[in-house]
Amino acid sequence: MKYYRAHLLVCAGTGCVSCGAFTLKEALEKEVARRGLADEVLVVATGCNGFCERGPIMMVHPEGIFYQRLTVEDVPFLVEEHLLKGRPIQKLMYVPSPGTAPIPKMSDIDFFKHQRLIVLRNRGRIDPERIEDAIAYDGYEAMAKALTRMTAEEIIGEITASGLRGRGGAGFPTGRKWDLCRREKARPKYLICNGDEGDPGAFMDRSVLEADPHAVLEGMVVGAKAVGAAKGFIYIRNEYPLALERMGIAIRQGRKLGLLGKDILGSGFDFDLEIVRGAGAFVSGEETALIASIEGQRAFPRPRPPYPAQHGLWGQPTVINNVETWANIPSIMRRGAAWFSGLGTETSKGTKIFSLVGKINNTGLVEVPMGIRLRDIVFGIGGGIPGGREFKAVQIGGPSGGCIPNQLLDLPVDYESLSRAGAMMGSGGMIVMDEDTCMVDIALYFLRFTQEESCGKCAPCRIGTRQMAEILARIAAGEGGPEDLKKLEELALTVKHGSLCGLGQTAPNPVLSTMRYFLDEYRAHIDDRRCPALVCKNLITFVIEPEKCVGCLLCLKNCPANAVAGEPKKVHVIDQAACIKCGACFNVCPPKIRAVSKTTP
Amino acid sequence: MAQKRKMSGTDSKPTAVRRIIAKYGGQRRAIIPILQDIQDRERWLSSQVLEEVARELDVPLAHVYSVATFYKSLSLEPRGRHICTVCMGTACHVRGGTAILEHFERRLRIRAGQTSPDREYTLERVNCLGACALAPLVVADGRYYSQMTESKANAVLETLGRRSERPHRNPSGAGRRR
Repeated sequence: MKYYRAHLLVCAGTGCVSCGAFTLKEALEKEVARRGLADEVLVVATGCNGFCERGPIMMVHPEGIFYQRLTVEDVPFLVEEHLLKGRPIQKLMYVPSPGTAPIPKMSDIDFFKHQRLIVLRNRGRIDPERIEDAIAYDGYEAMAKALTRMTAEEIIGEITASGLRGRGGAGFPTGRKWDLCRREKARPKYLICNGDEGDPGAFMDRSVLEADPHAVLEGMVVGAKAVGAAKGFIYIRNEYPLALERMGIAIRQGRKLGLLGKDILGSGFDFDLEIVRGAGAFVSGEETALIASIEGQRAFPRPRPPYPAQHGLWGQPTVINNVETWANIPSIMRRGAAWFSGLGTETSKGTKIFSLVGKINNTGLVEVPMGIRLRDIVFGIGGGIPGGREFKAVQIGGPSGGCIPNQLLDLPVDYESLSRAGAMMGSGGMIVMDEDTCMVDIALYFLRFTQEESCGKCAPCRIGTRQMAEILARIAAGEGGPEDLKKLEELALTVKHGSLCGLGQTAPNPVLSTMRYFLDEYRAHIDDRRCPALVCKNLITFVIEPEKCVGCLLCLKNCPANAVAGEPKKVHVIDQAACIKCGACFNVCPPKIRAVSKTTP
Repeated sequence: MAQKRKMSGTDSKPTAVRRIIAKYGGQRRAIIPILQDIQDRERWLSSQVLEEVARELDVPLAHVYSVATFYKSLSLEPRGRHICTVCMGTACHVRGGTAILEHFERRLRIRAGQTSPDREYTLERVNCLGACALAPLVVADGRYYSQMTESKANAVLETLGRRSERPHRNPSGAGRRR
């Protein structure tokens, strides 16, 4: 094996790739070669590092220097200064806030400091397209142990004792699910990895698949041995091409090394995997719908019981777990149930990955121990709200979840606490909202989402979500009546109790939770016809303040409705009858001038 | 498990559809990936294609149609030469994604989900691309454009108008390489 004195670990997750990580990597490779360092310095494309806000990101190993927001133009200077002269470059480092000192090491940055990486332990340090990298970091060790030294009962015993619960949202104990399937007599049995991560604002599964597909693969082989399955399917969203590609590479490399396929590691155990590409239907994230989709049907959910563990894919016993759940297995097997259950709370063990997005300074992906306070995530790791705005709520669990307001920020993050507060662990999307986010608008956003994604099989979901969305649209338009709130609540309960699958049963949560904590905002829309957050179009007006306007014509030129009248150097005026409230004038008015403002009655 | 396809008829001319079906061993359960591969090639699914798939897999046309209409990534209408996808994920929404979508609708004079009459542009919305740090996000012809504003959107449309096919390595192009 070849040794290098430095590794340049370039993040190649979707976020960084979107802002040019591959171009950066090529430029680095060229420059390293040009400087004659090709034998000393290796450029590696890793999976998602998590700090997406600062992309493109690069870490210099072994010192652990963290560079961020790199451009191709920075490359020659970086290679010369850091790699030739050994002087890390301050101006490319992370600066927490203007005026503070740059932080050279990744491990000292707040965003990383408070995280606890188990599932994502290999993120940013291995090349996910090289199985040797994964093996160098103990990959496939747990699998070898399970296949050669443990019985199915022992594996399930270990997983049960670890207290691992499903990371897809509902939190069903994984060991119990496996045991149910193991006890079934029917053959063949199947495993499924649910990577149909449909919740908007959640991308942890994608990141795991992109950064360490081997963890998922290894976890599934362990699961296969535990329940006696010979075949598994990994269902990945069509919108995640990079994840699809890397999982495919991992499977091919695994087969080549005898870690997958016939007679794995000479243990006599056979197991193979197949990737299934999703086709764009949110409902296929529901386990029975996903099964229908793999079978080549429309993704219609089926009533449960019977549960998939007894009657799943093609009617056979099937274990279906989420990506993150599978990726937890190798660490549990390697380090033991006692170690794992020592992390987290009484009922929620281990860690959970959250995507921290929305109105937050440090957008990205974080893995934290269960039981951590929400405040520590939003402010400690996330760095609070940008632009000095006021925190309003954090939405957890996507279209199935709810909003947690300011006064509950000290809530510990575990399955039970979140449910009690009206939210849900869900897959782990955390969308942070500030005072400029309207809660009625958010509820409407989610209801429109679920209404559109409802498969239409059962009436409460199909019709109920539509009616709820219509009422919300009416309220947002300032046309709501006092009876609407009561109607909304009644409908919400009907949909919740009457729907067949999780999509419908949880669809009302965003409405119920915003009504629970932000009823005053609903009342303002209904009683006073005003939108306090200045979002709902029908209830706001854009005006140009004459004393501030300098007559620069910017808003006039950018108005798509030709609603701005004015001449150079003269105060402009918005024709309210023609205004379509698109906000273009508000957005283009230079920050120094800020002559355009929004008002609500 | 799934059944093997019965050989139908004597006409064995290897059409594109047949080649794709053969790649999946003619298995009926592979109908979704088959339709996806055809769409990747043709950009949409014509009624002739659906009929051919039904014939080759020996399943009722109604079944093919029910699958093709259920999944969002499958299109039964021709799509444009340029595809603009506006992300409507929650992060994009709270950072003003809706205004961006409306801006594209106005500029292209089509609604989300539609294709312009000259088949130059298709405007799409997607639930979430999971690149939330870049919100609001637009993908145009496979290229990601981050932190969109109305004026950036205008620039994107100008680029599309000027650009002919130019390959670019990025995540959304990766699925096509196999």
